[in-house]
Amino acid sequence: MAKVFIYPTTSLILSDMVARFGHEPLGSPLGIRERIQTAGIDSPPLQITPEEPKKGLRYAAVEVPSGVRGRMAVIGPLIEHAEAAIIINDADLAFGCMGCARTNELVKYLVRRRKIPILELMYPKTEEEGIAFVAAIRRFLQELGGEKR
Amino acid sequence: MTAPVRIAQLSCGSEYSGVQKEINEAAAAVNAEIFFPDISLADIERDSALFGLEARSADLKLAIARAKALVEGRIDADAVFIGTCFRCAEAAIVRNELRRYIHENSRLPVVSYSFTERTTAGTLLTRMEALTTIARRRALLAREEQVGLTLGVDSGSSTTKSIVMRDNAIVGKGWVPTTDVLKSADEAIALALGEAGVKRSELEAIGVTGYGRFLIGEHVKADLVQEELTVNSKGAVFLADRQHGPCTVIDIGGMDNKAISVQDGIPGTFTMGGICAGASGRFLEMTAKRLGVDITELGPLAMQGMGANVPMNSYCIVFGTQSLVNALSSGCSPQDVAAAACHSVAEQVFEQQLQEIDIKEPVIMVGGTSLIEGLVYAMGTLLQTEILVPRYSQFIGAVGSSLLASGFIKGE
Repeated sequence: MAKVFIYPTTSLILSDMVARFGHEPLGSPLGIRERIQTAGIDSPPLQITPEEPKKGLRYAAVEVPSGVRGRMAVIGPLIEHAEAAIIINDADLAFGCMGCARTNELVKYLVRRRKIPILELMYPKTEEEGIAFVAAIRRFLQELGGEKR
Repeated sequence: MTAPVRIAQLSCGSEYSGVQKEINEAAAAVNAEIFFPDISLADIERDSALFGLEARSADLKLAIARAKALVEGRIDADAVFIGTCFRCAEAAIVRNELRRYIHENSRLPVVSYSFTERTTAGTLLTRMEALTTIARRRALLAREEQVGLTLGVDSGSSTTKSIVMRDNAIVGKGWVPTTDVLKSADEAIALALGEAGVKRSELEAIGVTGYGRFLIGEHVKADLVQEELTVNSKGAVFLADRQHGPCTVIDIGGMDNKAISVQDGIPGTFTMGGICAGASGRFLEMTAKRLGVDITELGPLAMQGMGANVPMNSYCIVFGTQSLVNALSSGCSPQDVAAAACHSVAEQVFEQQLQEIDIKEPVIMVGGTSLIEGLVYAMGTLLQTEILVPRYSQFIGAVGSSLLASGFIKGE
């Protein structure tokens, strides 16, 4: 079983596919869950505090917008823990929304810098592309040693 | 208790910057509630395409679609708050265009702000207060004449001003430096009452504005405690006799600057802030001190100089002062240095703030700095227009408070 970082990190379809093939998906719900379940004065409903942009300094300098650093505080540790990654470029909003374009650029760059197996695909526009898309993801996940559940 | 004012939030990054709680708190403090216009995924795709601005960020696309829903009346709101991360170029473009779009196509008051993770509810309070005032008190802001005997107090960061008005005329003035907030207010009030020749007990209503408004409001039992954005707009159009039609009010203050786009005496869009003290009246105070002249002499001095002779390219009060000291030590004249300081402040306000609102003529400059003619000249040159400085422009907040307070005279 491998820890597979997914991009868009909010994609439930990708997350589901990774889990179905026996791996652990690393998506933003994981990072958010940690903030919800950790007891403290800033427990739910407030999940992100002004501390997060400071923690995000590990991934982006202080000149970078606060929202990018706040997002990186959530996503950055997931990238660090990843053993493999799937990146879907130009995905539809409905497939998984990544709110900030600047964060997206940084996330993809940081993933590509890791020396881990990465599958990069374009979001499919037709049915044929869709079939090839799913097949490519399945092949990648199987090669990682996963087994379909 | 009146129903809360519903402020629609259009934003990108506020949750992840950790400032959403501060935005909500600032709104709650002025009996307003923040809500996110609810739209469908299909709306986002369609509306962001129709709007024509190809933002890459999904959250900015969402903000665009929400703005369209508000303008087209698909969602009801009383006011709009636009907030995006400071330093994001794409967000700055979208923020500016959405503010303009909403202002031009609806009657919704709108304010925008670029936040950092250090933005606090206190910073946002005046803006939220102005939004709710415009939404809730249109009738009060439509008041064009002062009636009865009223007092207005403006507690600024540098000076405290007080004005007594009787039947639409100024009859007493008080102006003292702000030290102890309450003590300064008492002194300014005593001066104004003395000049007017009236007793405190004769006053029919009192209005207060400025940074110390809440403290002073309680102290003098004011009828009206109001932020300076709406009050200054009202005071400016009253003194400049521009109650009808469009105008732009610029107030370069000791601590921050306000630029307000006004229509028929009611603020539409406004910006408040300033990147650094280098773009404020405080910098001119420091310049005057360094030149060894009174602040009242700085303007005439600047008019005799050529600002272009002094190299100034800093947006910071410390480095700006350093530039002035360097210029003096290299032989530049005090006149040139004074002119350069005025030009520097005007240029920073022009570049950092006036780009965020639509400049509508006439442009009215108010506040203590409007008496510095070198600054007014520099601003006029940058804006390529003649600047209107009404009589008593330095008392703008106090006049506005006194005027609006007359709406609270019993029996009205």
